[in-house]
Amino acid sequence: MTIAIETRSVGPTRPALRAKRRRQRLTVLAFLTPWLLGVAIFFVYPLIDTIYLSFTRYDLLSPPKWTGLTNYRFMFTKDPQVVQAAYNTLWLVAILVPARMLFGLAVATLVTRLKSGLGLFRTVFYLPALVPPVAGVLAFVFLFNPATGPVNQILGALGLPQPLWFNDPTLSKPSLVMLGLWGVGDLMIIFLASLLDVPKEQYEAAALDGVNPWQRFRYVTLPNISPVLMFAAITGVIAALQYFTEAVVAASVASGQATTGGGNSALLGYPEGSTLTYAQWLYVMGFKNYYLGYASALAVVMFVVSLGVTLILLRRARSLVYGAEGTR
Amino acid sequence: MSTATATVPRGVTARGIDTRGNRRAKRRKRLGFVADHAVGIAVAVVFLAPFVFIVLQSFMTSQQALTGDLWPQSWHPGNYVEVFTKAPMWLYLRNTLLYATLATVFMLLSSIPAAYALSRLQWKGRNVAFVVVLMMMMLPPQVTQVPIYVMWTHLHLTGTLWPMILPNLLGDAFSIFLLRQFFLTIPQEYADAARVDGCSEWRVMTKVILPMAKPGIAATAMFMFFFCWNDFYGPILYTSENPDNWTISLGLASFRNLYQVQWNLTMAATILAMLPVLIVFFLAQKVFVEGITLTGVKG
Repeated sequence: MTIAIETRSVGPTRPALRAKRRRQRLTVLAFLTPWLLGVAIFFVYPLIDTIYLSFTRYDLLSPPKWTGLTNYRFMFTKDPQVVQAAYNTLWLVAILVPARMLFGLAVATLVTRLKSGLGLFRTVFYLPALVPPVAGVLAFVFLFNPATGPVNQILGALGLPQPLWFNDPTLSKPSLVMLGLWGVGDLMIIFLASLLDVPKEQYEAAALDGVNPWQRFRYVTLPNISPVLMFAAITGVIAALQYFTEAVVAASVASGQATTGGGNSALLGYPEGSTLTYAQWLYVMGFKNYYLGYASALAVVMFVVSLGVTLILLRRARSLVYGAEGTR
Repeated sequence: MSTATATVPRGVTARGIDTRGNRRAKRRKRLGFVADHAVGIAVAVVFLAPFVFIVLQSFMTSQQALTGDLWPQSWHPGNYVEVFTKAPMWLYLRNTLLYATLATVFMLLSSIPAAYALSRLQWKGRNVAFVVVLMMMMLPPQVTQVPIYVMWTHLHLTGTLWPMILPNLLGDAFSIFLLRQFFLTIPQEYADAARVDGCSEWRVMTKVILPMAKPGIAATAMFMFFFCWNDFYGPILYTSENPDNWTISLGLASFRNLYQVQWNLTMAATILAMLPVLIVFFLAQKVFVEGITLTGVKG
C-alpha cells in the first residue's frame, strides 16, 4: 500500500491522501453501521448468551440459575422425545434432501429436452414452489385424507389399497416428502439455469468420442453443475435441520386439533410422534413450557451441527468470496 | 449422416438409401420429441392436479364436501364469501400486509448500503464480513432464538408483529447476499466515471448503481415480501397467544379446527391465501426467475 502511494507521489500530497483514506473508511463505516449493529445484536450476542443459558435453568420469571451440565445430561440420557425429534429430523435430512435434489435435477433435465413450450413447462413446474407452506400442507392433508381425499378415491376406484397417509406413523414422513417434491420448483429453476450454462462444445466433443448418455452425464454435465448441486445440498440440509412449519401444521390438521404448535403434548408430532421435529421440540420446550435453559442446550447442539455443514460450504465458497470469475 | 452421404457415390440407389436413412432419423427425432413432450405433459398434469382438486373442492356444498366426490354437483362460489364471515380474514390480511410491507421497506433501507459496501467498495476485512453474512444466512433461527425472544419480552413486544419487523432495520443476511450478487454484475466503469466527476459514494450508489440494479432490488424485495407472507415460524412464536395479531399463515393453520371442519371452506381459504402470491408471480415472472437463478450461484 505505502509503495503504491510513494510511486504515485506526483499526485496529491501525503496528508491529503491520508485524509482521503480516512474519509473512505468513514464512508464504509457509514454504509455498514446498521448491519454491524445487526451482527452484534442478532448474531454475536445471542449466540454467546445461548451458550451461557444452556448451562442454566431459566423460565423468564426469575433470573437464570447455573446448573452446569444438567441440561445436556438430561438431553442425552433422559429425554425420550428429543431422541424421537432428532431421529425424525435426521430422517428428513437423509431422505427429503436427496429426493428433492434428484427429482429437481430430473425435472430440470426434462425441461431442457422440451423443444417447444419450455417457458410454459417451467412455469407449471415452478408454480407449486410458490404456494405458501401452510396452504401447501393444508392442500396435501386434504388430498391425502383417508376418508374423502381425492388420492384415496382414485386409488379405491383402481382397486388399490387406500393408506392412511398423514394419519399413519409410517407414512406421515413420506407424505411430507411428497409435499416437498411437489414444491421442487425452486431447485428446478437453479438446476435448469446451470444445465443451460454447460458449454455446448463440451457436448459436441463428447458426441464425437461416441459416449453413451450416462457417460455424457457423468463426465460432461456433472462436473459443470457440481458447484450448484453442492450449494443446493448444503442449503437443503440447513433447511431440513430446521423443518418446522409443514410438520406442525400437518400434525395439527390431520389430528383435528386446533393446537398451533403443540399445546397438547399427547398429540405432539401426530401420529405417534412421527412428525415431531427437532425444531418443534425446541419450540415447545422453550416457548410453550418456558424451559429456556433446556431450549438453549437444544439450540447449542443444533448450532454445532449446522456450523459443521456451513463450514463445508464456506470451504467450497472460496470462489464466491474471491471474485465472481471463480477459481474452483 | 453427413459422412454417409460423402462416401456413397451419387446415384439413384445411393440417394434412395440416403433418403430412407434420413427419413428414419427424422422419424426417430420426431418420436423423441413426442416422447419427451408426453413425459413433460404427464409430469405437468401431476404438478397441476392438486390445484385442480382443491379448486373443485372449494366450490362444493357443505353436504357434498362430506362425501368423496371429486366434481361439484352444483357450484358454490358463496364459499369464498363465507370464509370471510367464519374467520377474521380481513384482520389477518391487514396484519400480514403490515408485517410484509414494513419488513421489506426496512430491509431495503438497511441492506442496500451494506450490500453496496460488500461489493463495490474496497476495504480491509471485506471478505471476512462476507463470510459473516454467509454464516448468518446459514444459521437456523432457532439457534439464537432464546436470547432474542427474551430481549423482546423485556421490551414488552412479544404478542405483536414488531419482533419480526424491527430486526430488518439492521440488515437481513439473505437479502444482503442476494443484493451483493446483483451489484457485482454491474461494470465498475460507470461508478468510476461518477467518482471522477466528484460524486460522493452515497450519490454514486443512489444515482448510478441503484438505477442499474433495479431488477435485482425488485427481486430481493419480492423474496422478502413473500417470505413474510408465507412465514409461519415467526408469527406462531411471537403472536400465537394474541389472535388480534395473527397473520394469514397462522389463521389458515388453525382455520380447519377453529372455524370449520369441512374441507370445502378450508380449501376456499387455502386458495385465498395462495392467490395473491400467484398473481404477483404472473405479473413479475421474469424478475422472479432471474432472482431465483442468482440464489443458486456457484459455490
